[in-house]
Amino acid sequence: MGALVALFVREVRLARRIGGGGAMGVVFFLILVTITPFAIGPDLNLLSRIGPAILWIAALLASLLGLDRLFQSDHEDGSLDLLRMTDTPLELIVAVKCLAHWTATGLPLVIAAPLFGLMLALDGPALGGVAASLLVGTPALTFIGAIGAALTVSLRRGGLLMAVLILPFTVPVLIFGVSAAGAASGGTVPFWTPFLALCALTLGAMALAPFAAAAALRGEG
Amino acid sequence: MLRYANPANFLRLADALIPWVGGLAALLALVGLYGAFFVAPADYQQGETVRIMFIHVPAAWLSTFIYGVMTLSALGTLVWRHPLADAAQKAAAPLGAAFTFVCLVTGSLWGKPMWGTWWVWDARLTSVLVLFLIYLGLVALWRTIEEPSRAARAAAILTLVGVVNLPIIKFSVDWWNTLHQPASVFRMGGPTIDKSMLWPLFVMALAATFLFLTLHLMAVRNEILRRRLRRLSIVAAADETPGHRLDLETGAAR
Repeated sequence: MGALVALFVREVRLARRIGGGGAMGVVFFLILVTITPFAIGPDLNLLSRIGPAILWIAALLASLLGLDRLFQSDHEDGSLDLLRMTDTPLELIVAVKCLAHWTATGLPLVIAAPLFGLMLALDGPALGGVAASLLVGTPALTFIGAIGAALTVSLRRGGLLMAVLILPFTVPVLIFGVSAAGAASGGTVPFWTPFLALCALTLGAMALAPFAAAAALRGEG
Repeated sequence: MLRYANPANFLRLADALIPWVGGLAALLALVGLYGAFFVAPADYQQGETVRIMFIHVPAAWLSTFIYGVMTLSALGTLVWRHPLADAAQKAAAPLGAAFTFVCLVTGSLWGKPMWGTWWVWDARLTSVLVLFLIYLGLVALWRTIEEPSRAARAAAILTLVGVVNLPIIKFSVDWWNTLHQPASVFRMGGPTIDKSMLWPLFVMALAATFLFLTLHLMAVRNEILRRRLRRLSIVAAADETPGHRLDLETGAAR
């Protein structure tokens, strides 16, 4: 347990020091939110209607941003081999690394989302819905993404390949995330139906993805 | 059965089987196409365009069947680490992508006269599109990782992740679709198909399956030969360097 806590602290510290991973993700998130009105026009009614969808797509792309480095830097400097030699199961190590990565890059997106939602003319309930759905949904993105990161760990410029591998699997998260966010501000669907499905997806990803990612990392050795 | 897990035995078996399986596929396709064009009547609602079904439905059936083949091969790779399973996996991925592509294209060609549009975000179309993207991802993974056994392991893991995810994707897309648009517009003519249309459909499905088996056997054979060539060229390259001899079997230096 102590080892896992130490690993978590190490990961968060590294993420904060190297290029400000979290801050960079938020800036990228803001840029995506900014360029969307240029593409579809500054009509506030339209923006408030599709605002939750814009925020979710932006969060999805922003959370992909740092994922390719999740295992790569450890693989390059050899610390991944050291982690694999410890008594701690690799699956747990992967899970802790994912949690730390989410804390450093996913959580800032969740916190920033209501602020950016204001720019898209979302009202109170919609802001709450987007923030809540991102809070429970983005961990699923990180854990699913970890599989792609592990598969492409030893490839140079594996980032694009990782996105191609991972994005089809994020379709369910996106569907339930956007509908939960949309349902919060009214609509025909009750908020809890998609929200609970989103929770289930996240829990399922947290339970299963570490095994796939660990198996992929073992294949590298 | 296990005897044919030896690549050399498999090559002999494949050489013997390919003409027969391929011939059977051609024969079935001839019978099926005859049935589709001359026996089956035009649909009372859809007219002649209904004949697209005889290509479209077998392609759709194969797009999932091939994923099943890849899943079994992926288990073979991960559990038994067998090179033949690797080759079967690798050979199936582009074929699966191709059949899924045919399914999407024929569906689109059928959709234009029937629904008045090339593409609708119908639940079924969308799930097949996601399946197509997963196939493309697998092909990309195979092409990116150079060393065959490592690529096989990575692809096997991704294939199994896909097996777990495909039902979830299917379910969520269905849910999303009923949420966004009524299904009434995009319902096909009727749930029952007349016998005169059913038998050519079955024959075409069999023909497509045998076509896949033929192509798959040929592609596995190519893959085995490609690996052999790779190993030989590594040995040849090592032989040219003085002081280095490579073990033919393992490729390791000795």
